[in-house]
Amino acid sequence: MTQDKRLGEDDVVAELEDGMTIGIGGWGSRRKPMSIVRAILRSDLSDLTVVSYGGPDVGMLCASGKARKVVYGFVSLDSIPLEPHFRAARQNGTIEAMELDEGMLQWGLRAAAMRVSFLPCRAGLGSAILEINPELRTVESPYGGEELVAMPALPLDVALLHANRADRRGNVQYLGADWYFDDVFAMAAARTFVSCERVVEPGRLVDEGSEQTIKISRLWTDGVIEAPFGAHFTHCVPDYERDEAIQRDYAASAKDADAWAEFRARWVDVPETDYRRQAEASLAGAS
Amino acid sequence: MSAATLADVCVIACAEAFRGDGEILASPIGVIPTLGARLAASTFEPDLVYTDGDALALGAPIPVGDDAAPKLVEAWLPFGKMFDVVWSGRRHVMMGATQIDRFGNQNIACIGPWARPKAQLLGVRGAPGNTVNDPTSYWVPNHSTRVFVPAVDCVSGVGYDRAAAAGPSASRFHEIRRVISNLGVFDFETDEHAMRIRSLHPGVTVAAVTEATGFEFVVPDDVPTTRDPTADELRLLREVLDPGERRAAEVPS
Repeated sequence: MTQDKRLGEDDVVAELEDGMTIGIGGWGSRRKPMSIVRAILRSDLSDLTVVSYGGPDVGMLCASGKARKVVYGFVSLDSIPLEPHFRAARQNGTIEAMELDEGMLQWGLRAAAMRVSFLPCRAGLGSAILEINPELRTVESPYGGEELVAMPALPLDVALLHANRADRRGNVQYLGADWYFDDVFAMAAARTFVSCERVVEPGRLVDEGSEQTIKISRLWTDGVIEAPFGAHFTHCVPDYERDEAIQRDYAASAKDADAWAEFRARWVDVPETDYRRQAEASLAGAS
Repeated sequence: MSAATLADVCVIACAEAFRGDGEILASPIGVIPTLGARLAASTFEPDLVYTDGDALALGAPIPVGDDAAPKLVEAWLPFGKMFDVVWSGRRHVMMGATQIDRFGNQNIACIGPWARPKAQLLGVRGAPGNTVNDPTSYWVPNHSTRVFVPAVDCVSGVGYDRAAAAGPSASRFHEIRRVISNLGVFDFETDEHAMRIRSLHPGVTVAAVTEATGFEFVVPDDVPTTRDPTADELRLLREVLDPGERRAAEVPS
């Protein structure tokens, strides 16, 4: 029998350690590996550094105190532009922040993917980026005439992604119009765990979409989780849209500790089987 | 046909910012800039490339806010390609600005000191890279001294003074094309690249702009009025691009 990388959310959490740097795929409130994020919230992990084009993944890891540091270009819920839990963490000074231009973030991941210590870029010059990140340096071109930002590599201990489909060997498929930077996160990470809506037999991903949609080869993946509604309440098109009603509840839960506890009780501290049933019912009610 | 509203005039001002851009990606953020780009592409700037706001480049405009509208998809521009576009200089972005100063430095990141902000906003997003790689414009629907400030709290988009100070690599492709507000159109076509009035919307006075701006700006001897939409442009706006009147919510009359 060929290899089988299937596991569960709690198996992934068992592979994580305090203080790790964790990259999270998706973009804003789009195709986030929320079932794995919830499992982290239910664990006793701490002191995580989170690297993300941030949405509720970042907000929840901040609100739960799991994130010690966040590396981001933005954090947004898209239809709700400002992420209230992330805002509270920044304004209360409960997290350390590394704020980057969006392009610099993927550039740092690419440097890590190439195993080089930095990549040059123009982005960042003249902006506050070099002041708010005093560890960043510029580099003089050896070919003359240019001083550019030396974007340091952002190596990840682990990348966590959510996709539409995968096979049990760890080939990963994206059926929506955008796979964001999931492939770059996978390449930047020592290990990558991918949740997906459905696991299919090896060789059968081509029945789901064209070859070009199989964006990540098993060369870069270490574990596959079958997690229907695993991105809920963020969207996972074409499988489902964002659940705006639950996202509004989530945003409102930043109001105070009681509101957050109430949201957690219903949408975090529940077994995944219950969660899926709730998510399915909520999405069905929205359509 | 009834007269143009202030929102219509703002759309025209945004459209005019893309005039002459040719075959580049117009990336508008917000309803009025989106209408401006789609109007320009539908009329005097037909080679502009524009998207549905996500990954699809469109071959014909769709109404703003109508997610169900059938799309004539022309090409595919996922986020993974966006930095290829931005870093190659094939884009003109029109972003918002929580704060902007007289040299065009823009802030969307936070209010107060970055280390412990009074109000965390979006983060710098793509503004640092946009401004040193491509022409950038800004849209401000609520022109006031809270937005037009002497100094921004966190430089997200780079202005002329900071680009010059950062050296030739920063200023080589830097251009702040326009700032468009509900009061008028502004540019930086002055000796020291300080903001100046390019035109004021109908009925707006220089005194009103002075009142609503927290820094000194350049006033030309002759202050033009922002042009009205043509009858054809008005028809496009009302019947094709924004039949749901979304623009009125962004700029009330």
